[in-house]
Amino acid sequence: MKALPRLAIHLFLLALAAALILAVLDLPQPAVDLPAAVAANLGKSGVEHPVTAVLLNFRGYDTLLEVAVLLIALLGVVSVAKPVHGEEEKDEGKDEANPVLQTLARLLAPVLVIAAGYLLWAGGHRPGGAFQAAALLAGAVVLLRLAGLLPAWPRPRGVLRLGLVAGLFVFLGVALLGQGALLAYPPDLAGGLILLIEAGLTISLGLILAGLFLAFAANREAP
Amino acid sequence: MNLVFDALLALALLVSAWRALSTPEPDRAVVLFILFGLLLSLAWARLSAPDIALAEAAIGAGLTGALLLDALRGGKGGR
Repeated sequence: MKALPRLAIHLFLLALAAALILAVLDLPQPAVDLPAAVAANLGKSGVEHPVTAVLLNFRGYDTLLEVAVLLIALLGVVSVAKPVHGEEEKDEGKDEANPVLQTLARLLAPVLVIAAGYLLWAGGHRPGGAFQAAALLAGAVVLLRLAGLLPAWPRPRGVLRLGLVAGLFVFLGVALLGQGALLAYPPDLAGGLILLIEAGLTISLGLILAGLFLAFAANREAP
Repeated sequence: MNLVFDALLALALLVSAWRALSTPEPDRAVVLFILFGLLLSLAWARLSAPDIALAEAAIGAGLTGALLLDALRGGKGGR
């Protein structure tokens, strides 16, 4: 009885997959040669790597809104994560029975921070950049949390809040200070401004990505 | 040689994706998902997009994997 609908679904999926593959093979040539346009304007962008130039200069809007979306996502997570009353100490010492993990986390965290700094700097002229550096920072924070060395963040406050929003506000500030148009950097300052934005983004995005994990990590202990 | 590697990579991607979706055990599904993410970041590197490969490895496999493992542990504790 159930075999027939199953067969029909499989056939439908196969047909869909075939149609998608055919559609991809048959894609029309793009009307505008974007790689050439990027390469032609790379000199004005202030950085030497085309991906960073597109993300932070030519299409800065997209990145700005992406960061805002991530921050809003974290706010949503924090607002549904239940605050844990008086259980944070217990939560913190939960995994202390694992000295190997703790030692490893202590050794790896500084290396990850250095690697993040390198990726941030490398973003100007080779693959790298704020998002990748932030992901490494977030990884370091999550590792420390898993080893029981960091408390959870059921309610970020103070310095942590500042760190979470700093990247977005630095970005917004630079965007508003632009000449005339939003996000139009003065060409001779573009490199420095992009590095400033990326540094802020690295810290904030790292905290936001880690916060997505640490906000919920507290929830587990809640009854 | 490269073609063989790419073909193996594509095959491994498909197999790990299928196994991650079809396995009945959540633990195994999460581990297979992380494996899938790592293979996918290799695929991005092979497509000469190291930016995306880095982000995929760190966010797709690492952070999402940690979140899923945490959710798994939380779900078991709550039940």
